[in-house]
Amino acid sequence: MTDEILSLNYQVNGSDLQSAGVASSDVKKVLRKLGVSPEIIRKVAISMYEAEINMVIHANGGTIDVSISPEQIKVVLADNGPGIANIDLAMKEGYSTAPQTIREMGFGAGMGLPNIKKYADIMNITSELGKGTTVEIIVNIPQ
Amino acid sequence: MTVKEVVKALNLECLTGGEELDREVNGGYCGDLLSWVMSKAQSGNAWITIMSNINIVAVAVLTDVSCIILCEDVTPEEDCIQKAEEQGVVILKSSMSAFELANKIGNLI
Ligand SMILES: Nc1ncnc2c1ncn2[C@@H]1O[C@H](COP(=O)(O)OP(=O)(O)OP(=O)(O)O)[C@@H](O)[C@H]1O
Ligand SMILES: [Mg+2]
Repeated sequence: MTDEILSLNYQVNGSDLQSAGVASSDVKKVLRKLGVSPEIIRKVAISMYEAEINMVIHANGGTIDVSISPEQIKVVLADNGPGIANIDLAMKEGYSTAPQTIREMGFGAGMGLPNIKKYADIMNITSELGKGTTVEIIVNIPQ
Repeated sequence: MTVKEVVKALNLECLTGGEELDREVNGGYCGDLLSWVMSKAQSGNAWITIMSNINIVAVAVLTDVSCIILCEDVTPEEDCIQKAEEQGVVILKSSMSAFELANKIGNLI
């Protein structure tokens, strides 16, 4: 059974803050149907949502690939946005470049990337200025 | 105590919610910064906030809170109510402040 993998793919619309979080909500539903434990679902839901929202707010959308195996859930979010100049700085709690209009909606606390770090078992973030950002999130399923 | 019982006890206005009103309220979280709420609100909590845009629905779904309580008479946008109905998220409303609501709910449950 170890090689059994379920793949899900999403296109995230960068101009549509109204439906941001739809992909994460869908993945949550799928994991629930698969009988994945609530603690694991929580870890995936929080970390994927933060990355999905970042993609909409900071990078004008992108694509999400989710693969689910009995051992782990892997989420790769790739965008063609402006990139992140200093990843260490961006990872700091409270650091945010979100504009005022976005802050008024409750975003911009600078806690998104730190949340991903906290809730994912593995987080890899690569970014190139002017090219885009890729965030990889892995949550292990305890056997 | 169930969401329904909290609604009754505190005379909250019920903007959305069907069978989810029978869920148990096991505690609460107050906050308006969504990424704080994402990280801290626990499954079954009542989430007290003044944030009323559509994004609160996804946060409620993903944190699995039992209800959103909008305080200080905040009114959500129409698309927010619609999305909440679609997703089975309970939205309640009150003229009380977050402090008053938290205090009262804390005493109830
Ligand atoms: N996909 C991305 N593309 C470009 N910049 C990004 C991306 N993701 C994050 N950033 C940058 O990193 C900063 C920190 O991100 P983080 O998610 O921690 O906070 P935030 O999105 O500003 O606020 P919050 O997540 O608390 O609502 C952002 O303000 C932005 O400058
Ligand atoms: Mg963010």
